[in-house]
Amino acid sequence: MGKVFAIVVTIITIVSTAIFVSHHWWMPPDVSLLGAGIDHQLSETMVTSGILFVVAQLVLAFFVWRFADNNDQRKIKIFPGGATPMVVGAIILVGAEILALTLVGSKIWASIYVASADPNSLKIDVQAEQFAYYFRYAGPDGKFGALHPELIDESSGNFFGLDPANDTAARDDIVAATLAVPVNTPILLELHAKDVSHAFYAPELRLQQDFVPGLVIPIHFTATRLIKSEIVCTQLCGLGHYNMRAYLEVMSADDFKKWLNEQSGQ
Amino acid sequence: MHKSSFSVLAIVVLVSSAASIRAGRFTASLVAPGTVEGTISYTGTPPKMKPIDMAKEPSCAKQHATPVMTESVVTGPSNTLEYVVVYVSAGDQGGPASQPVRYDQKGCEYIPHVAVMGVNQPLEIYNNDQTSHNIHPMARVNSEWNKSQPPGSPAIKTTYDKPEFIPVKCNVHPWMHGYFAVLSTSRYSVSDGNGKFSLKGLPPGKYTLTAWQEKFGTQTQDVTVSSGGTAKVNFTFKATPY
Repeated sequence: MGKVFAIVVTIITIVSTAIFVSHHWWMPPDVSLLGAGIDHQLSETMVTSGILFVVAQLVLAFFVWRFADNNDQRKIKIFPGGATPMVVGAIILVGAEILALTLVGSKIWASIYVASADPNSLKIDVQAEQFAYYFRYAGPDGKFGALHPELIDESSGNFFGLDPANDTAARDDIVAATLAVPVNTPILLELHAKDVSHAFYAPELRLQQDFVPGLVIPIHFTATRLIKSEIVCTQLCGLGHYNMRAYLEVMSADDFKKWLNEQSGQ
Repeated sequence: MHKSSFSVLAIVVLVSSAASIRAGRFTASLVAPGTVEGTISYTGTPPKMKPIDMAKEPSCAKQHATPVMTESVVTGPSNTLEYVVVYVSAGDQGGPASQPVRYDQKGCEYIPHVAVMGVNQPLEIYNNDQTSHNIHPMARVNSEWNKSQPPGSPAIKTTYDKPEFIPVKCNVHPWMHGYFAVLSTSRYSVSDGNGKFSLKGLPPGKYTLTAWQEKFGTQTQDVTVSSGGTAKVNFTFKATPY
């Protein structure tokens, strides 16, 4: 019975490793300036933890195979010094691995989440609500109107709580349900949540960030290729969570200008 | 002699009233229902309705060749207003209506935008879409609820027992908005695409009419309906662009 277990463990190890190595289920191609760095970090993490996973499983299989169905009554050897040094040793080993990954990965992580956006970024406000995203552009005047949450009124399409009656900057703000961005242009998103926590996950941009009600969270990216893909919510936010998404459209500079004009004409 | 002249008189009266009925008029001795009709219009600049982007719900988006617009202020030709509810707020309010009022969720829109019903009149809510809706009438006076309707689920059948204008939203699709107008009268009309309304079958008498628009509020006017007559009443709302 023990030998069967050893064989099954070995097969599971080989098959699951092969799935990862062959990239059978993998991320979509990245279209972001920082995507390559993220992918590099991701594969380093996968390789390191993958090696440890394979070694641990094979050692387990070996010991089970070697000592299964063995009525050998010899005294069982224990780790020198007992369980305590073994646990401490394991914690140090795993801790060192995680620390090493953190140190190696902190550079690319910081370039996304710590470094501030390019000062010439195109700023777009994002409003997440059950169960849709809305995106706000400054409009022809280049100025964003102030936000007044008490004025949010979906029946008239005022998803951000603008006050066009008193605030001239708000009158030409463009609000769309699609995130259109020009290619090769730094983009700064400011994330607002109307009701509960949501997430902005754009796999092609290798970008994932939670929305937190009450906080304005900046994230930035530069898209390097023309693409139409999905932005999905990855923070369980209620009944319609499964259906909370928007499209990301990376356009040429000309198409983007045209798109903006169409939107502001409406 | 007396008897025969009375018969002649009776025949004359009968014939003449029959003639007037054929002509569409009624003699004073017969009480005939009257009509109130008119137009709802606005002065000033109404807010611009915005196109709704339903891209995230492809099964709905593909049902619309041109984008659906928001419907909080829908205007018609010559500064008229659609979806204004005109109803009898004082005067003969008629008996209770029992035929069900139908409210559809179709193409991720509420149809009609404003559903009018009497107190305790049956309301049936259908989901015609290939997506789930969660209708949420935000009642304050009546009890508030919200219900999910996956595609193909049976109609929600319900009633409201107190008069109220209830904003309706979908908890899944934030752009979906409509109204339930629950009235204590069965005498009402909703203005059409040309701003026209018509209340038919009103017993002669004095009435107070109220016109309600979701953004512009209510207005009232008194009107007297004569037997078989048609009274004209127009309402004008003051519109602001924001």
